[in-house]
Amino acid sequence: MSDLLTPEEMKANLDYHTPHSGWMNTPVNIRKGMYCYASNPKSVETLGLPNARKWNPMEEDWELPENWQQILHEGFKERLERFRSIKVFMDICVRCGACSDKCHFFIGTGDPKNMPVLRAELLRSVYRNDFTRFGKIFGKLAGARPMTANVLKEWWYYLFQCTECRRCSLFCPYGIDTAEITIFGRELLNLLGLNIDWIATPVANCYRTGNHLGIQPHAYKDMLDFFVDDIEDITGLRLEPNFNKKGADILFITPSGDVFADPGTYTCMGYMMLFHYLKEKYGLDVTWSTYASEGGNFGFFTAHEVMKRLNAKMYAEAKRLGVKWILGGECGHMWRVIHQYMDTMNGPADFLEEPVSPITGTKFENAKSTKMVHITEFTADLIKHNKLELDPSRNDHLKVTFHDSCNPSRGMGMFEEPRYVIKNVCNHFYDMPRNTIKEQTFCCGSGSGLNAGEDMELRMMGGLPRANAVRHVHEKHGVNILANVCAVDRAALPALMEYWVPEVDVTGTTELVANALLMPGEKKRTTDLRSEPLPGMEEEADE
Amino acid sequence: MNVHYIFPFLVVCVMFLISYFLSEAATGFKYLFGVVIPYLAILTFVAGVTYRMMNWAKSAVPFRIPTTAGQQKSLPWIKPNQFDNPSSKFGVLVRMLLEILVFRSLFRNTKFRMSEDAQSSYEMEKWLWLGALVFHWAFLVTLVRHLRFFTEPVPQALMLLESLDGFMQVMLPGLMLSGVALLAAATYLFLRRIFLPQVKYISLSSDYFPLFLIIGIAASGILMRYVPDLKIDVTAAKELSMGLVTLRPTIPEGVDGIFFVHVFMVSALLAYFPFSKLMHLGGIFLSPTRNTTTNTREARHVNPWNYPVKVHTYDEYEDDFREKMIEAGLPVEKE
Repeated sequence: MSDLLTPEEMKANLDYHTPHSGWMNTPVNIRKGMYCYASNPKSVETLGLPNARKWNPMEEDWELPENWQQILHEGFKERLERFRSIKVFMDICVRCGACSDKCHFFIGTGDPKNMPVLRAELLRSVYRNDFTRFGKIFGKLAGARPMTANVLKEWWYYLFQCTECRRCSLFCPYGIDTAEITIFGRELLNLLGLNIDWIATPVANCYRTGNHLGIQPHAYKDMLDFFVDDIEDITGLRLEPNFNKKGADILFITPSGDVFADPGTYTCMGYMMLFHYLKEKYGLDVTWSTYASEGGNFGFFTAHEVMKRLNAKMYAEAKRLGVKWILGGECGHMWRVIHQYMDTMNGPADFLEEPVSPITGTKFENAKSTKMVHITEFTADLIKHNKLELDPSRNDHLKVTFHDSCNPSRGMGMFEEPRYVIKNVCNHFYDMPRNTIKEQTFCCGSGSGLNAGEDMELRMMGGLPRANAVRHVHEKHGVNILANVCAVDRAALPALMEYWVPEVDVTGTTELVANALLMPGEKKRTTDLRSEPLPGMEEEADE
Repeated sequence: MNVHYIFPFLVVCVMFLISYFLSEAATGFKYLFGVVIPYLAILTFVAGVTYRMMNWAKSAVPFRIPTTAGQQKSLPWIKPNQFDNPSSKFGVLVRMLLEILVFRSLFRNTKFRMSEDAQSSYEMEKWLWLGALVFHWAFLVTLVRHLRFFTEPVPQALMLLESLDGFMQVMLPGLMLSGVALLAAATYLFLRRIFLPQVKYISLSSDYFPLFLIIGIAASGILMRYVPDLKIDVTAAKELSMGLVTLRPTIPEGVDGIFFVHVFMVSALLAYFPFSKLMHLGGIFLSPTRNTTTNTREARHVNPWNYPVKVHTYDEYEDDFREKMIEAGLPVEKE
């Protein structure tokens, strides 16, 4: 990290001039700070995925299998039949350029191959060569080129400079979705064992231990017990979370990142406090699972099949425990998978009940088939029915803005629920400019498995548009905290803020809820969940 | 100089010269450009477009992956955005109509700017949307207006359209707005490809070629309608086109040169259509991010090729960690 450029140096590097040489004639330059390390062969083997081996992107020879071109060609062909999206998106782009300046990586790097249209053309050029008559006859003139080792390297480099955020797809007149193209491209690369380790190892961990971080069951319980101690210090209440409890009402699944690292841990404490409140007040029985202990799904960034293999645990565990339905924590890509893929892949979940809030009686019609409800939908409903006693003034030291995560935005459309919750638990809320939130939101720059340490330059550049919008509300309204509903955000945004807008902190939405929650029998709180003094309690907190 | 536009420009020029001079040279060539090529082009167009559409339709839609561009339908007191995030088939229908008729997504377009101190801003940018909208609608009106050459008697609706299109009676014959708008919009679309660096960088020959063709078609159409020396005998032109429609092709007196250029370029566009990006006309209807409902948690979508996968079962998991689980007080299935 020490050789990371300063923000001033990075700003000075911004350059949007197109190179003199055409993009097909501009060879890829794999640069330190812009890529993630290659997958560990052990992790690839754990999943039984092909061509596990040690390789290094910086070396000339990637030790590809002998028939790699044939593998790619056949993989491509097969997927053209399986995914109409890919076939149509390969054919109909008119290169109008509407997407070109919508990508945070293009805005941050100025690299023309980070324009969504060119990222897709990297694949389309090979598609035209392999699968269209015009491409075969006219070659380069028709925008076609054969697959070579250099083209492959270019694919790898730029497909791991896309966070699958879908901002470009919003503006495309044909709805061409670069996320779909990246997902597909990475799936092909995985046929050759060309994953990055920040994805491959969490996936292998998740497969075996149930979560990305490889937390084993006893350790998972230990970590939550640790939060129980912290919560006791703050509230005077001793919580008793349920683990793997058969016959509970609801199974709760959230990303393991929240169990593991700040500031996600405070969100995790928030969940625990909320569930304790609901149990004491209304008798709601929620259980955590150590087997399905991961909400996120880095399989989604590997291949459709791997996504399905990891996701299967959610329904399997819900069935084993005999719960009524599943509640999901705050996470971005997790919710894209649940909202648009889970039921299709691993359903029908006919062993569960259609979700109804036992407290308010609200039927979650929108989750009728998948039977999984988002914590923010759930909490918003509780607040709307006055089922939570709240003191928003406990968050008065916070001036809050909300970062819409890409996936719940453009893969779900969850905009008002989190805002409603935040406005009910905080007195000071300010949205960022309209062109940077909701469906037009900018990525944190680290999504889709790119939140490693070694690609920090890429992450800081990709996060620049988001950081700029935060700075805007920071300067205008004094915003000092960036709320979100995503565990990757909570892992990635602190570094981004520290780099570009150091005065702003990062929080999950449920942490704010728990700060404001008046729990039955609690002592007079003097600190928030971070053990920072509450407004007006500075002296008492010191004692 | 850029081969991506020079080459297609030359091709279109050559097409112009060949069709002009050959059709002037001998009647046989008139038959080639006026009958044989148009028939072949129409056949290629119909067969090609049908094939492409069926080929796309043949591919599976394993998941519903709509891009949600507005508030979802969730709790009853939160107002959903029915058309940008359509949970019903009716909503999808409206969304598709908005996309196809008024280019809804393109309407959102913004222009990004980066200031000296690296502050980014995103301003409204409607020129591309406007240019594209004018281009496509002018093209459609022009096309429909030309049906008068293929119908006898000409339906009332067509006459009405033509009188609307030509309401600006600035000269004789009446100026058709659509033709001029088409030429202007196509020229704009070409110029932005040349002058916007990023757009120039991504443009391929296959982006310039249809633009040049369409500019050629519009220009030749305008020339033979308004330029005294090039004016053609409209009755003769209709005789030819009616001959094509009724499968009794004929080459009447009074059509020459520029007319055959026009017909040849139209034929070329038709024949080129199915093999090119112009297929976006059909593709938009099949785009899964736009044409699927967003109620993906409410109604299950079936993947036709869904297959069982290897998973790590709970039993395997417990076998891995049973001792540790028991020690930590976690419930287990098998003691």
